[in-house]
Amino acid sequence: MERILFGDNQFFAVNHISDEKSRAQSIKFREDSAIIKTLDDARAEGIDTFMCTTHDRIANICNIVRSEPEKYKNFKIFPCMPYAHKYANAVTELGIAGTLKQYVPGNFMGSLFKGGMAFLSKDYLSIMELLVDAEMKMFKGIETPVIFLQNVITDLFLGLRAYEILAAFHHYVKKKYNAEAGFITMNLPLLLDALESQGIENPIICASINKVGFRMSGGKEIYEETLKNRKVRAIAMQVLGGGAISPKEAIEYVCNLPNIESILFGASSKANIQNTVENIHHFDQQDNR
Amino acid sequence: MVKVALIGAGKMGISHLSILGAHNDVEVVGVCDTSKMINDFLSRYGKFNCFTDLKKMLKETKPDAVVVAVPTKFHYSIIKDLLESNVHVFAEKPFCLTTKQGEELVQMAERQKLITQVGYHNKFIGTFGEVKRLVQKGALGKIYHFVAESYGPVVIRPKQDTWRSDPSEGGGCLLDYASHVIDLVSDILAPVAKAKASLLKSVFSNTVEDAVYSTLELENQISGTLSVNWSDETHRKMSTSITLVGTNGKIVSDANELKVYLKENDGNEGYDKGWTVKYITDLTDQVDFYLRGEEYSAQLDYFVKAVSGKVPNTINTFRSAWYTDKAIEMIRQSAN
Repeated sequence: MERILFGDNQFFAVNHISDEKSRAQSIKFREDSAIIKTLDDARAEGIDTFMCTTHDRIANICNIVRSEPEKYKNFKIFPCMPYAHKYANAVTELGIAGTLKQYVPGNFMGSLFKGGMAFLSKDYLSIMELLVDAEMKMFKGIETPVIFLQNVITDLFLGLRAYEILAAFHHYVKKKYNAEAGFITMNLPLLLDALESQGIENPIICASINKVGFRMSGGKEIYEETLKNRKVRAIAMQVLGGGAISPKEAIEYVCNLPNIESILFGASSKANIQNTVENIHHFDQQDNR
Repeated sequence: MVKVALIGAGKMGISHLSILGAHNDVEVVGVCDTSKMINDFLSRYGKFNCFTDLKKMLKETKPDAVVVAVPTKFHYSIIKDLLESNVHVFAEKPFCLTTKQGEELVQMAERQKLITQVGYHNKFIGTFGEVKRLVQKGALGKIYHFVAESYGPVVIRPKQDTWRSDPSEGGGCLLDYASHVIDLVSDILAPVAKAKASLLKSVFSNTVEDAVYSTLELENQISGTLSVNWSDETHRKMSTSITLVGTNGKIVSDANELKVYLKENDGNEGYDKGWTVKYITDLTDQVDFYLRGEEYSAQLDYFVKAVSGKVPNTINTFRSAWYTDKAIEMIRQSAN
């Protein structure tokens, strides 16, 4: 994985501290061309990996990337699935079974319900695989070396102790997409225990890691200890702690932590992208000295 | 260890179950749902002890407390059974479909000194907690108006009918989105005394309202407006906000950001004259396990602590949720 990954929150009005800012972003990125321009700004700073949710609009971005193979030669996408709000709203309206019927492709669910056949454990894993395939359709022909499970889903299964599903996802993306599985979580230490219990070693885990301990469940200390003493390929996200820390101080903190393979950030303006990249390079070099 | 059981493993139930499953002081002794598919999944992967019969579950698992996350129309009878079995109850919102039913349950629970809580999670959001603290300190002077709002994209096109589109089963925006905001106003300022003029508008639904607009007067005479719409796709997810206007200033708060304007600073620490902006990051306590938002873990943690006698049972009690049910009834009546 590259040291710096570019995220997509700003494109889809995800702002953890201000509804006003998220509305402004929603207006700014109304056109796909605005998203592409910002991605190109990030590429100009040497960031060639775009980590994004499987939001409907990403399909358009993928079309643009596919249409210019020369320009996007080294461009990679790390899909993060599912786009949770799509399913959350569907579950509110249709229930869990209704949502599966709506989104699982083909007649699989239909025959399952109609026949009233007994469920076997294999069927749940097949549903998961079909949902992954449905989400992956839009990335056809684009390099996707790491495929992530979104935190709402990862953490839901984590709490339910359905670790086998997490492991099944890990194995399936390897088999079908020749990709590594990544897991986004707000509970890094607990998730690492769960994955290791399934025989998954040195997993890719993307989590909130920041100087103020924002969304670091159980506390910052246990995260620092985990990073120091355990085998994990961590991606730090929310490094600015939702805006609570000055960018320099925030980046200095994550750059000095062990085992942080990548830093994920998103920004709407060219200046902010440049600034963040410069800060990361600056503190990385200091660290190496 | 508190022995907890769950009834109803739908969207909210399964999220509660995950949080309870990860809670260090909780042993999940049973899960009750009518869906074979859900039960199979939960027993196969989560190793939960699943039931389709509530009474059988209570008898076999003997929980200290039960989390109820079934559609609202079942609340009354299920909660009554639970109170009769002398267990503490956490119920999803809204509390009951009629105030008569709710009143009976409030009295029963209070008589038996049982811990009760209803899932109005906004009370566990740091920004709203800070609004309440500032109001109680009198920072705004005499408050004379509020605007309580919530918007989001639940029903954004005509769609097939479910229990959510049946008013007799607890469907509609008033019982769903609006109840959250009413409950918040009731907690921060005072319970609703009168609904003066209300509009219940259908946008895409045929049988229920998708938007609620109302003028409310509270028990302490403060009045204001309620504006709620779950057919608003300009919001990515449910966005709730509250604006309070007083003689000494104004507060505008949502779940992420708190903006306070004070004409004079009468000793309100951290707030100067003029505007002060604070973010959820400054106001949120860390949780041990995070799923969907700190508030969901925090509310269950509070319930578990109340059951263990570690905190008083004062937030989101059946009684406070019953005030919200009463307000819902008043709004419906004033719209007719």
